[in-house]
Amino acid sequence: MKIKTNFSFAAVATLALSALVALTAVTVANAADRVKVGFVYLTTPGDHGWTYAHEVARLDVEKHFGKKVETTFVENVPEGPDSARVIRELAKQGNDIIFTTSFGYMDHTIKVAKEFPNVKFEHITGYKRSPNVATGNIRFYEGRYVQGVVAGLMTKSNKIGYLASFPIPEVIQGINAFGIGLRSVNPKAEVSVIWVNSWYDPVKEADAAKVHIAEGADILAQHTDSPAMLQTAEKAGVHGFGQSSDMKAFAPKAQLFSSVNNWGPYYIAKIQQMMDGKWSTGDGPDHWAGNTWVGMADDYLVLSPFENMPEDVAKAAAQAAADIKSGKNKIFTGPIKDNSGTVRVPAGKTLNDGELFTTLDYYVEGIKGKIPG
Amino acid sequence: MISMTPRKHIPLSLTLLTPAVAIFLTLAVGVAIFGLLGFSPFDSLYTFFVAPISRPDQIGDLFVKACPLIITATGLVFCFRANVWNIGAEGQLIFGAIFSGWVALNFPDWPAMSLMPAMVLASIIGGICWAMIPALLKVRFNTNEILVSLMLTYVAALFIDWLVRGPWRDPMSFGFPLTKMYSDAGLIQRIDLPIVGTLGQLHWGVIGALLLAVAGGFVLSRTILGFQIKVMGDAPRAGQFAGFEPHLVTIGVMAIAGGAAGLAGMIEVSASMGQLQPNVSFGYGFTAIIVAFLARLNPIGVIFAGLIVALAELGGDYAQIALGMPKVVTGVFKGILLFMLLAGEIFNRYHITWRRPAVMPVSKGR
Repeated sequence: MKIKTNFSFAAVATLALSALVALTAVTVANAADRVKVGFVYLTTPGDHGWTYAHEVARLDVEKHFGKKVETTFVENVPEGPDSARVIRELAKQGNDIIFTTSFGYMDHTIKVAKEFPNVKFEHITGYKRSPNVATGNIRFYEGRYVQGVVAGLMTKSNKIGYLASFPIPEVIQGINAFGIGLRSVNPKAEVSVIWVNSWYDPVKEADAAKVHIAEGADILAQHTDSPAMLQTAEKAGVHGFGQSSDMKAFAPKAQLFSSVNNWGPYYIAKIQQMMDGKWSTGDGPDHWAGNTWVGMADDYLVLSPFENMPEDVAKAAAQAAADIKSGKNKIFTGPIKDNSGTVRVPAGKTLNDGELFTTLDYYVEGIKGKIPG
Repeated sequence: MISMTPRKHIPLSLTLLTPAVAIFLTLAVGVAIFGLLGFSPFDSLYTFFVAPISRPDQIGDLFVKACPLIITATGLVFCFRANVWNIGAEGQLIFGAIFSGWVALNFPDWPAMSLMPAMVLASIIGGICWAMIPALLKVRFNTNEILVSLMLTYVAALFIDWLVRGPWRDPMSFGFPLTKMYSDAGLIQRIDLPIVGTLGQLHWGVIGALLLAVAGGFVLSRTILGFQIKVMGDAPRAGQFAGFEPHLVTIGVMAIAGGAAGLAGMIEVSASMGQLQPNVSFGYGFTAIIVAFLARLNPIGVIFAGLIVALAELGGDYAQIALGMPKVVTGVFKGILLFMLLAGEIFNRYHITWRRPAVMPVSKGR
């Protein structure tokens, strides 16, 4: 192809800029007494899944504080240098507290926080902190234990299909808690895991679900974000569990229940702390999960209603949930065997929070295969 | 009937007029879209184009955002000029990051004076290696380089994913997929000017990108190599009669594009991330294709095209923060901008006229 060398791009740029600089725009002044809260989202909130749960929490914040807060969110921010730019811009725009809602924002949050010592930062699911960066996380694995109990009681083929995203501690904790719950009621049931290698990929998730069903699984669980698995289950007439938000609408007959992330109370508590001048990174132990790592007991993790299951199963599920809430069942309490039969946690010992992040490099009994990587 | 005849000569007035009209149409359509969605059109345009570059630090950030695009697109210009369709710059960029990452992670104690050149060299080699697969397959077996280079992108993405989750994972990262941080010597520093200080995140890699584009422009317009590339692209048979070796040109331009993409990967990681992570590129290799064409396959134009695409990206984020405009709207607007600019090119290169279909004269025998 023949293309003349020319410098018209300089012309384009100059024209575009000069035309627009001429436009004067009045930016609306913000009431100074309002607390400005910024949110950084990994995806578009949509109507389900991880980011949607954060969006629900943001709306909770607005409802709770009314005119005392002004919230801003930025969606679809990739977990790379762009996130640093977006976080920095939010800080420059006068946000007083900024929630960065995905693990991959960790180092960028820390970096930007150094430049804005007067702004508070809240990083979700990370393990690095600094004087103005706190971390918050939910004990997602608690819900998965209850899922395991329900799966163990419901399955007829004794085959459970599990969709996993990435082999990071949170996901391994979830798989193992599921396995412990499963084996607490059904010593014969087995879980096979398919790694989708994505948090959100409806096509891959649906394909993986089909593979599980073809291999005889009659209960499906997921640590991925789309409702595709449940929709596949609905069509095939099997059951499954939803993730992050209540996915009943996508699979009214297939969903047993969803583990719903409820970030609202956390956001409200931290913003209130800031308004009172009492914000801190927390008194909790300085471990990976964050200063705030709570779950069902504090309603940070909520189970949607138990449905599509016999009454006795629903009762057992409610009991399992109650035992976790009351602290009676700590889930990772010995004896815990790995799937080769070796005892990894002796009887009487309970893994502490740190160990949940550093020592789980195996699958417990009932989970087939081994952790990739 | 519309008839299009290629112009032999493009008048300067047209060269200036078409982009101006394209920009005007983009603004007009933008005003309509923003207005229909209930945003103040002029606020929106201001937020999109002016607000993101209204402070010196933001201008610095604009160049940082454009940096990998400029480097990668400069390399791609060579490929596309020679009619070699390398769609896999994304993968080559990732391999540049991997190779330079290996150096940075294994020799953290080296001083910057030796570590930095070693990383640059490694990244170029990495990008070239990955580009050589489609290049050699094309030369030897006449495979389609579009498919091979594109598919290898996914292989590269999964390979780095495996590395940072497996063998290269930092043991202190608690199982999270990240390598160790590079040592300070392996990090590209921000530019600290005597009076102005630092300009946002502006780093030395940006200077490298600009120099590379200028050098690319020089090679393409002033050297035998550039001449060969252009001839092989425009008239391969003429090139062969002139004694140019088509296979060598293919391999050469793929090496240039691969090396450039690899360098972009190294700079992006070393200046902005400081460690390898599962995602080191966010579609830069693909966006660079648009940049290259937006620049009309001219390395100097790449600088401006890279800045425009980067500005559209920054403006999109900014419009979200300032106006709460959804990302999809900003995406549509960005698309319209690129469409108008590229479509304007048609009017530049072709003379377009309306003609009534001529009535076929009935031939009569003698």
